[in-house]
Amino acid sequence: MAEPNFQEQLERLEEIVRRLEAPDLDLDAALKLFEEGVERLRQARERLTAAEAKVRQVLATHAGKPKVEDFDG
Amino acid sequence: MLDLFAAASAEGAWTVGEVTRRARAVIEAGLPPLWVRGEVSGLKVWQSGHWYFALRDKTAQLRCVMFARDNRRLPAPPADGMQVFVFGRPTLWEDKGEFRLTVLELLSTEAGGLWKLALEQAKAALARDGLLDPARKRPLPPYPRRIAVVTSPDGAALRDIIAVTRLRWPPAELLVIPARVQGDGAAADVCRALALVGRLEAVDVVIVGRGGGAAEDLWTFNNEQVARAVAAVPVPVISAVGHETDVTLCDLVADHRAPTPSAAAAAATPDRAELLQQLTHLGSRLARGLAARSELVAQRCDRTLDRLGAAMALRIERWRHQLSAVSGQLDVLSPLKTLERGYAVARDAEGRVLKRVAQFAPGLSFRLRVVDGDVPARVRES
Repeated sequence: MAEPNFQEQLERLEEIVRRLEAPDLDLDAALKLFEEGVERLRQARERLTAAEAKVRQVLATHAGKPKVEDFDG
Repeated sequence: MLDLFAAASAEGAWTVGEVTRRARAVIEAGLPPLWVRGEVSGLKVWQSGHWYFALRDKTAQLRCVMFARDNRRLPAPPADGMQVFVFGRPTLWEDKGEFRLTVLELLSTEAGGLWKLALEQAKAALARDGLLDPARKRPLPPYPRRIAVVTSPDGAALRDIIAVTRLRWPPAELLVIPARVQGDGAAADVCRALALVGRLEAVDVVIVGRGGGAAEDLWTFNNEQVARAVAAVPVPVISAVGHETDVTLCDLVADHRAPTPSAAAAAATPDRAELLQQLTHLGSRLARGLAARSELVAQRCDRTLDRLGAAMALRIERWRHQLSAVSGQLDVLSPLKTLERGYAVARDAEGRVLKRVAQFAPGLSFRLRVVDGDVPARVRES
């Protein structure tokens, strides 16, 4: 899974805000951080609102290997 | 005397089998199944699963057998020295000629009885192996992507877990690993399911449990093997056995204990509503941060402008000073001063200063500059 997980996303957002709130930053860098922050906020929000928890079930094959299939319970 | 010998004849004597068969019939007819109280001694568990022991009191002992099919419901064999009640059928084992009690039911007279005993034994074994050490407990991942659920596929527990997860943390994926959670074979089922978790990719946390139920049904989760299977899971495990009062071995070994399946799902997941609020908060801090930054830059511009103005004013003031100083000097050097003293300057029509006699040709018109103005003049014609 290449996309950053939610925790990394949230941590980066917090870091952006902290850096933006620190007094020693030039406007260009601030604007860049702001843009990144807005984009990450959008992605995080999408993650929380778009998905519906998937439910699948795992069965063992004869070889003892797990087999994942849709669950209709 | 003779009678005695006659009775010993082939026709008159009983065979061993006849005697024992007869004795067994008498015993079984005369002593119906009954409850017996005594102290357990010399207990042996055979490979077959049958238990052999004796019940004793101060004056006598009674040999007992409890077959595997009857003792399977019990958590563990009683310990030697334990006071028990047994319900059994008195009989005689013909092949050995031994009087026995075939035990159908066994109750310990101690509080909690065999269950407690078995639990204590298992707990001690787990403690010996360090599995009850609180330091083993792992923190639960804050934002799990994959949650494995070991429970009955058609129980209320699973429905609750799915509902709570959908509400709180929709990015999650639930992987249900079906297992019977009560009755014969449940412990083995749960162990198998837990072992399967380790073979799945990217599972972040596991919930193992069941909905409510009778206390006797908790046995699956008080099983030492199940507890060991929980401890062997490579990711954090939440135990949700659905019993508020009894803490099971599974609870003790798990990384987190939840009183109900819903509570387990809530422990496994962050709250989406809370996170959305947090995101909103971060968003406004982001905006405020940028605004503050621009404000700061604007202020700096203003300040710079102010300083620029002040510097310019200072500079101009200084220039003004220099200028007046210079103009004082200029004053001294000014030709007007000389003119004032009575000198005059002659210039031709183009304004050139005439300094030499040779420049004054006869008849040349020129002007004489004196202190208060020009005077027209001409060189006399020879």
